[in-house]
Amino acid sequence: MTRIRFQQSLEDLKENLLVMAGLAEQAIQRAIEAYRVRDLSICDLVNRSEIAINRMERDIDQSALDLLAMEQPMAIDLRFILSVIKINADLERVGDAAKSISDRVRLMQQMAAVDLPVDIPRLASMAADMVRKSLQAFIEADAELARGVLSMDDAVDQMNRSAFKALTKVMEEQSHLAPQALNALMICRSLERVGDHATNIAEDVIFWVQGADVRHYKSVAKTAAAPSTETNTTPAGTASAQN
Amino acid sequence: MNGARVQTEFQFRARLRGLTNGAATFLAVLSTILVILPLVAIFVYLIIKGARSLNLDFFTQIPKPVGEAGGGMANAIVGSVTLLALASLLGVPIGIGGGIYLAEFGRGSRLATAIRFTADVLNGVPSIVMGLAAYALIVTPQGHFSALSGGVALGIMMIPTICRTTEEMLLMVPHAVREAALGLGVPNWRSVLSITVRTASAGIITGCMLAFARVAGETAPLIFTALGNQYWSTSLNEPIAALPLQIYVYALSPYDDWHRLAWAGSLVLIVLIVLAVSLVRYVTSRGVLKGAS
Amino acid sequence: MGVGIEVNNLNAWYGSNHTLQDITLNIPANHATALIGPSGCGKSTFVRCLNRMHETNPIARVTGTVRIGDLDIYEGTTPVEIRRRVGMVFQRPNPFPTMSIYDNVAAGLKLNGYNNRRALDEIVEKSLKNSALWDEVKDELKKKSGASLSGGQQQRLCIARALAVDPEVLLMDEPASALDPVSTSKIEDLIFQLKSQYTIVIVTHNMQQAARVAEKTGFFLNGRMVEFDSTHKIFTNPSDKRTEDYITGRFG
Repeated sequence: MTRIRFQQSLEDLKENLLVMAGLAEQAIQRAIEAYRVRDLSICDLVNRSEIAINRMERDIDQSALDLLAMEQPMAIDLRFILSVIKINADLERVGDAAKSISDRVRLMQQMAAVDLPVDIPRLASMAADMVRKSLQAFIEADAELARGVLSMDDAVDQMNRSAFKALTKVMEEQSHLAPQALNALMICRSLERVGDHATNIAEDVIFWVQGADVRHYKSVAKTAAAPSTETNTTPAGTASAQN
Repeated sequence: MNGARVQTEFQFRARLRGLTNGAATFLAVLSTILVILPLVAIFVYLIIKGARSLNLDFFTQIPKPVGEAGGGMANAIVGSVTLLALASLLGVPIGIGGGIYLAEFGRGSRLATAIRFTADVLNGVPSIVMGLAAYALIVTPQGHFSALSGGVALGIMMIPTICRTTEEMLLMVPHAVREAALGLGVPNWRSVLSITVRTASAGIITGCMLAFARVAGETAPLIFTALGNQYWSTSLNEPIAALPLQIYVYALSPYDDWHRLAWAGSLVLIVLIVLAVSLVRYVTSRGVLKGAS
Repeated sequence: MGVGIEVNNLNAWYGSNHTLQDITLNIPANHATALIGPSGCGKSTFVRCLNRMHETNPIARVTGTVRIGDLDIYEGTTPVEIRRRVGMVFQRPNPFPTMSIYDNVAAGLKLNGYNNRRALDEIVEKSLKNSALWDEVKDELKKKSGASLSGGQQQRLCIARALAVDPEVLLMDEPASALDPVSTSKIEDLIFQLKSQYTIVIVTHNMQQAARVAEKTGFFLNGRMVEFDSTHKIFTNPSDKRTEDYITGRFG
């Protein structure tokens, strides 16, 4: 095989991204653990992970830029490097979300512990699961696994919406619990964001492996359906084709 | 320790290389001098021996009878020019045509191999034999000596040289140039004539010049064909004078007058050849770039 | 204006060497089509079959049809005729060394008996302008010989020479491979402009060049055409694994 050095550089890039992914996964796990056991020392660990993640984001972007400039990658190699750059950004945001959660945990320590009508641990484990699956899809270059992640996002969004409703109700009816409720709300939101980032990662894996751009498929389907309702062709058929 | 030994070894070798270089240069220069020396010697000798006999008479008068002073070789100069013109008229077209056939149209064919072989053999035929052949083929049927037969003999002698150099020069035209012409939709024959031959023209002309210079000085073939003539004659059907012939006859004669004329004639012959070649070179080097296709 | 080229089941042999096998494709009119592939894959041979230049080799043989426009170039016409409609630019610039710039450009016309002085002047000027060489040589058309120009200029001269006979198709066999980057860019810009008037087929080793100038690209391998598709598809997501391996440099 020719271009051995280039192939090796691609492998190294993948390795580095996986290290960063490991840090991001670890950060989320720790943040959730910190929430569960209310241990501030774990929050410190999360902060340190986040700093390392940021540093790696810069390094990986630099390596990817060098490869693009020096090696003129084509086809699948080009799509791979493009995906790495995008996944890189999403992993960094996951790190940010983890830090955000750990900051909320710190705040919660200063308040009384109360029971709230939300199952944050379950939401958290679903989001973490999405991250794990999307990264596994990346490791194994498995587009089917990635598509599986896309369908998990709906469940996470659903849980987040009902949590939002429940917590706003608490804030209205039991206003002395508002601070804790608000905290919980922000944590749910961060977790929902983690789910979105995992979805993005899955979409990038599909782009890399199959060359298909499956992003924003819901909104693309909506705008495609709209003109056809005007022209009186079967809208239902068109909408489902886009999915 | 090792480093120092390697260094002195290098220095030694460097000096040896320098000496070798110097020796080789010296030998090359020496060889060049040895090659040019005979040519220069001949020229100088001719000038010494022949220049004093050069005067206007030499170029305008025909030879005077033995014993009378004066006279010239005008008829021989004109005769040589006539014979060489005839020879070129015969030798150049046939030679170039043959060369074109060998290089462009007949490559690999058996006819081409035969032609090439014949040309090489013809090249090696002694000039006197050539003269005898012309005698048998032209003089005998005609019943008399003539300028025509002399011109034919010389012309045939030009053909092999021109033919082979033309072929060589045409083969040296890069394939890319031919492809360029063919790619434009030019028929093959037109491409050969207008592009390939034109590109090789400098070399082809050199070949013609070589052949010309060679036959300009040939004497033996003319002995049995043109015969030589003491008087003015430009008719093709009569014997004609020629510089080499005249020089030959005069040199072998016992008369001092004629000896002097012979020396002068030799000098003139050499100078004429040099002039002819230079003139052709000048004209064609100017013309090659300007010339329309 | 250019015409399309339709190739059906083209097979070519050099002696007993089966150089091209069952090539079938349609080259669109007024577009640039690039042919890529490793050395010895037959792309140069293919291009030479399009103007019957392969016939200059006595052991060459071809079966199948090539239609340029609606003309079958093997049955309906002679090689000389077809080469007047299909021009060719070679890898190494090959201007006629003994001719001036003017004579070089006019050579295709003059050698075919066209001698109208005024018309020739116009055609030479138009061709040199079309090949982006006019400004650089307009003052020395008849004084400078074709061979005294720089490499990039010589190649543009050859392009002008090919354009002067007003072909419908222009075949370019690695036209920029012997040139420096600046000259290469100029030639590529030229191809871009010429596309609207001629059909251009360009053989190239340089994939980035194919990506830059051609709308369609064909990948040749071992005498077969493996994939022929839009350039965009070939270089971002080719259908055949062999194409992908070649363009990513895994072999070749």
